[in-house]
Amino acid sequence: MQRRDFLRLNAIAGASALLGPSLAGCSQPAEWQRLMTAGPATIKPTVCNMCFWSCAGQVHVRDGEPWKITGHPDDPHSMGRLCTRGTAGLGAYYDPNRLIKPLLRVNRGGSQQFDVVSWDDALGFIAGRLEKVAKEHGPEALATLVHGPGAEHFVHLTKAFGSDSISEPAFAQCRGPRDTGFYFTFGEGIASPEQTDMENAKCVVLIGTHLGENLHNSQVRTFADAIRNDATIITVDPRFSVAAGKAKYWLPIRPGTDIALLLAWTNVILAERLYDADYINLNTVGFNALAAYIAPFTPEWAYVETGITADVIRQTARIMAASAPATVIHPGRHTVWWGDDTQRARAVAILAGLLGIWGQKGGYYMPESVALPEFPLPAYPVPKKSWRDITISKFPLAGQGVTNVMLDNMVGSDAYYKAMIVYDTNLPMTMPNSRATLTKAAQALDLLVVVDVQPSEMTGFADVVLPECSYLERYDPLRSESERDPCIALRAPALPVQGDSKPGWWIAKQLGHRLGLDKYFPWNDYTEVIDWQLKQVGSSLTEMQTLGLKPYPRKTPLYLTPGAPLNLQTPSGKIELYSQALADAGFDALPRFTRHAQRPDGFFHLNYGRAPQHSFSRTQNNPVLYQLMPENLVWIHPDTAMQFAIDNESYVQLVNQDGVVSNKVRVRITERIRPDSVWMVHGFGHTAAGLTLAYGRGADDSALMTRVLYDPIMGGTGMRGNFVTFRKEAA
Amino acid sequence: MAHYVMVIDTKTCIGCTDCVDACRMENNVPEGLCFDWVVEVTTGRYPELKTEFRSERCNHCSRATCVTACPTGASQYWNDSNIVVVDASRCTGCKACIAACPYDARLIMQPEGYIGKCTFCVHRVQYGLDPACVAVCPAKAMHFGRLDDPTSEVFQLLESRESYSLNPETGNEPNVFYLR
Ligand code: SF4
Ligand code: SF4
Ligand code: SF4
Repeated sequence: MQRRDFLRLNAIAGASALLGPSLAGCSQPAEWQRLMTAGPATIKPTVCNMCFWSCAGQVHVRDGEPWKITGHPDDPHSMGRLCTRGTAGLGAYYDPNRLIKPLLRVNRGGSQQFDVVSWDDALGFIAGRLEKVAKEHGPEALATLVHGPGAEHFVHLTKAFGSDSISEPAFAQCRGPRDTGFYFTFGEGIASPEQTDMENAKCVVLIGTHLGENLHNSQVRTFADAIRNDATIITVDPRFSVAAGKAKYWLPIRPGTDIALLLAWTNVILAERLYDADYINLNTVGFNALAAYIAPFTPEWAYVETGITADVIRQTARIMAASAPATVIHPGRHTVWWGDDTQRARAVAILAGLLGIWGQKGGYYMPESVALPEFPLPAYPVPKKSWRDITISKFPLAGQGVTNVMLDNMVGSDAYYKAMIVYDTNLPMTMPNSRATLTKAAQALDLLVVVDVQPSEMTGFADVVLPECSYLERYDPLRSESERDPCIALRAPALPVQGDSKPGWWIAKQLGHRLGLDKYFPWNDYTEVIDWQLKQVGSSLTEMQTLGLKPYPRKTPLYLTPGAPLNLQTPSGKIELYSQALADAGFDALPRFTRHAQRPDGFFHLNYGRAPQHSFSRTQNNPVLYQLMPENLVWIHPDTAMQFAIDNESYVQLVNQDGVVSNKVRVRITERIRPDSVWMVHGFGHTAAGLTLAYGRGADDSALMTRVLYDPIMGGTGMRGNFVTFRKEAA
Repeated sequence: MAHYVMVIDTKTCIGCTDCVDACRMENNVPEGLCFDWVVEVTTGRYPELKTEFRSERCNHCSRATCVTACPTGASQYWNDSNIVVVDASRCTGCKACIAACPYDARLIMQPEGYIGKCTFCVHRVQYGLDPACVAVCPAKAMHFGRLDDPTSEVFQLLESRESYSLNPETGNEPNVFYLR
């Protein structure tokens, strides 16, 4: 066995080559000997914030020292097991680069810098600027871009101030197309956590999701259940992903041709009558239109586009139909690829509709949440102008503000927005090709506030940086999500606050106070809100401080009765195979396949994804996760490496079709990727010098996405239409 | 004699390294070192490929060459079981055990200098708990228990599934098994 040929996934191996001091018997016991007799640890509840999945967890503190964080055993998100990132949560607490003081941009002798200021000064400055903006342009000129569970505090503040221009990159940079496509088919989006009943599925189809690298906790656990149950896994991915390695069928699709494959699957299901005719009659509209439309899209036709043989297309279609309704057609998560993404999501939804998996065991279950009443507050002022006025003119069916459109409306002589609050989202590495506009916006805006835990790239654009304490030090809104088993989970402070950082609720309330919005914050401490809410559902803060998580019985069935009508929220009440609503808005009523830009000679598809050790661009500086994955690698097929004479583990720079050059990135030569593509993990190549571990390590894929393909329906920013080649001279 | 084994299912392991992370937190493993690690083995050529992930660590061998090699008796079996531990107070840091271990599982603890490695989380095992890595695995790919108990999950898994261990030819009788 050639051990050294293996890729050790953790950066630092056994380290037996390290020379240590020689000693004559160690005076101290080993750590394990200490642990053998250690007393019990105290346990405090938390909700993980290492990613948005929000697993309920328990922080163990022994002798006043934070020890570890484990999953809450009763939590359907984690089942007592946090993922790689969640397990490393203490690293976010200890990170020596954390923001611990408010910062204010000052101009001194022509050069700009941040001064450390008091909270009073920082908040007073912000309130003064916001009042000026409101007076001159109206409160609607404030835009707020947010992410994560703490966002609610700033959403509330923004609405109380009088603006509804609130958005999150989770829409236009991620889930928007999927939720829009499902909305126009099933009358509602897909829940988060996704309502995929993988643990009961006989067949799981992953098209555009890489569970495994994507470590959304309960998704991975139920995917592993599917593997254990010998469900047939069908994985569509240009790369031999972890899930491809678990699949019976790996379909290494030509990038950008997924709609062709989906149409061909649909074609097979209709041509071979692999559907339940009674179900179709009862629950769908537009079947005949679909049947007429789909006829030319045969597997033979799709082979030419996708490179997947007609045989494999037929076999896989037959298996998913034979297993239905216990077939999960996974809806995907990050769905902004080629600009026709809502239509691709429609094609996924149509397939799911034909297979009759909605609300069925082994397909999509029906999620339910605990009805948690809102704390009573006065009604928000009605904005004179809404986010709709800004976004809808460009993207008529957008379900929320499109971040890029909002940003565009911050620059130029007719700029609509004059102030922006950014909470917990690192826009320059999240929104493709946004740095130039962000720079202009930072010049043009009267105020740009960034609330963050760490000195992210985004903080560099701010007038004022407000240091939030980490999730382990604060209360946040209760977690109550739509899912399999309804429950409520509490994030409470488990560790002492570091420095002068403050919880988001405190920051929002203080700003509210200075803006004369006290009536919207009629409490002294956010725990009053949580306690009130909990008491409405038969619990209390005291109880939850002990429990951490409280399960509630389901009030509605997990699955719908087979054979009963679906009663969906679509205009027809049925699954809209043909979407009249899309047709009325001037879009294709049935998903259309378009050939996308071909890669230029010597260039390769720039594909990107996740790693189990990191979330977006927010964890690279975590000292624990850094040890597991300090940099990203660019995956290159051996043929490509040969063509460019690139060595394994050497560093190269990537150059995109517009001549943009990346930071240097280490090469992994591997058979696990199509020869026409490269792949890298998103979130690396940090340029913020304050992130001392992450700074300059690896390359940033989003900086190479100068070609943004907008989805005309909802404004998603398609990121896959970019191509790169290699520059070798990097050291 | 209590015979503890770890059984890891490569069919479900996703190579996430959560086991490495959980070990670090649980056992306060010094920065830059680790008691367990994950290897990826990919075989075949595009598009006919197979990838296996394997979470590796000390094998707590039934015939541990490190224990035999240790001149001071610091490397020893815990409580008449096959769990191999190092008593730091007797360890002189001579590294004989490092040379004797076929699995590269031993390392020099920093800054103290005694020899450390995976302990099978004996501090948890003494209370009947699973080791930290087993307890965290999000794919539930890891199992721990007593092979001398035919009713145990690990016994049943090894009975019913095809498995292998690393370098059995050494004669060390390793006790970490991988299900295919
Ligand atoms: S999936 Fe992982 S990072 Fe995300 S909330 Fe759960 S434990 Fe935390
Ligand atoms: S935690 Fe489990 S799934 Fe992840 S690498 Fe370790 S054994 Fe594999
Ligand atoms: S058994 Fe314990 S010490 Fe050994 S690798 Fe697992 S967590 Fe680490």
